[in-house]
Amino acid sequence: MQEITTYLAPRRLDEALRATADGDATVFCGGTDLAPQTESGVRQYKAKLLSLRRIEELGGIEAEGHEIRIGATTTISEIRRSSALAEIAPVLVEATEHFASEQIRNAASVGGNLCNASPAGDMSPPLLVLGAAVELACWREGAVRTRRIPLEEFFLGPGKTAKLPEELLTAVVFERPVVDFVGRFRKSGPRPALEISTVSVAFGARIANGLLRGVRVAMGAVAPTPLRARHVEAALEGKPLDAATIAAAVAATTEDAKPIDDVRASAWYRSHLIQVFVEEVLNDVRRN
Amino acid sequence: MMSVETEINFKLNGREVSLRVPATMKALAMLRDRLGLTGTKYACGEGECGACTINVDGKTVNSCLMYAVDCDGREVVTVEGLRTPEGLHPVQQAFVDHGAIQCGFCTPGMIMQAQHLLENNPTLTREEAKRGLEGNICRCTGYTKVLDAVEAVADKNGRCSHG
Ligand SMILES: Cc1cc2nc3c(=O)[nH]c(=O)nc-3n(C[C@H](O)[C@H](O)[C@H](O)COP(=O)(O)OP(=O)(O)OC[C@H]3O[C@@H](n4cnc5c(N)ncnc54)[C@H](O)[C@@H]3O)c2cc1C
Ligand code: FES
Ligand code: FES
Repeated sequence: MQEITTYLAPRRLDEALRATADGDATVFCGGTDLAPQTESGVRQYKAKLLSLRRIEELGGIEAEGHEIRIGATTTISEIRRSSALAEIAPVLVEATEHFASEQIRNAASVGGNLCNASPAGDMSPPLLVLGAAVELACWREGAVRTRRIPLEEFFLGPGKTAKLPEELLTAVVFERPVVDFVGRFRKSGPRPALEISTVSVAFGARIANGLLRGVRVAMGAVAPTPLRARHVEAALEGKPLDAATIAAAVAATTEDAKPIDDVRASAWYRSHLIQVFVEEVLNDVRRN
Repeated sequence: MMSVETEINFKLNGREVSLRVPATMKALAMLRDRLGLTGTKYACGEGECGACTINVDGKTVNSCLMYAVDCDGREVVTVEGLRTPEGLHPVQQAFVDHGAIQCGFCTPGMIMQAQHLLENNPTLTREEAKRGLEGNICRCTGYTKVLDAVEAVADKNGRCSHG
């Protein structure tokens, strides 16, 4: 167990990155994951504790241009209340509806949700179907360096990401979806609130001349990371959204979903539920 | 866990306070153990129950998850700050009038969250109150009287019909 020797709450990104450059800092935004994890001892603090919340350039939603940019410290409440996102990417706003409770949503950040890399993190499936990338920054050779990686490549395992210890996640970005893009999100837990998803699914596609195009399907809590369901996508791409296509997509879920037994649900139940959800989501798109 | 102490300054229930806190201390422990404000309750300590709800810069959060250092420069209101010189806050009074309190352990958090909901939506419906109070767990009342109390305030605020 290490002693925390420094607490920092910088206002500028470069200050923060200089402090994390040695990889010996624990960063937090809302603390809604960090606090319980450190209290229970599953996670240890590093020498420096650094709050990101005062860094203005890490906050805010930019939704005017071709590229949509959501700053890392943007809270789940801010996403939920964003009228711009409700119009551009309702699938993301939908995923905030049953996210924890209002008190948690007011504190929890989207950057924290992604960096915590829970297989059940609710921001991941909608952002995966939006084709999002994360922006990572570090301090190197006297300057701020940034790189981007697709969200899909960001998740490596439960709690593990491609982010280096010296890096911060600065934003999540995605291209403005085309006007005929349709998206859906569905999550389950025994209660409508304060539930970590037992399984979740997000769907996104265009329907052109009655055929599905650019299909993206993402699933949560059915594998060590949130994932793109490639087999389900292949069963849908270029097809009309009819009963036969839906049946093929439902059958393909077993190729993508490899759930485990844990305290929340058995693998069998998750496998069953994900099929039900894929079917429900597709039927819902078909009806509307 | 040893941890460096940091001086923080913030507004607490309308008054400026200044104190030194360990970097890992939670806002709840600071309020209760350092500042003697025991209205805010410690129950689950994990963000699940809402007993520790406080208002920071106009938004409610679970103080058991919030780092005390994060209060620096902000405006914090606890249940002790709701009462006015004239008496109880209307939401507090409604809880009393409607018997929305049994053991009372959830009550401060419940009232903080209800007050926040009503401030942002003075004439909210019962359904909106239910959704907004999802993060507040009560083991005694069965919630009916809590919702009655919140609705009574909404009615006083000029709500037309029951939602
Ligand atoms: C009661 C309860 C209910 C919950 N319900 C849900 C739910 O329904 N759905 C859901 O998805 N989650 C849920 N969560 C989990 C949590 O609230 C979310 O994951 C939240 O989005 C985390 O954000 P934060 O800002 O609080 O993260 P923090 O705790 O501040 O940080 C989380 C992790 O990310 C790192 N980090 C944070 N920001 C950055 C950054 N910009 N760059 C690099 N690293 C960073 C931190 O070091 C830490 O490891 C719940 C948590 C609780 C306690
Ligand atoms: S004590 Fe904070 S939510 Fe239960
Ligand atoms: S009155 Fe006892 S927990 Fe709510």
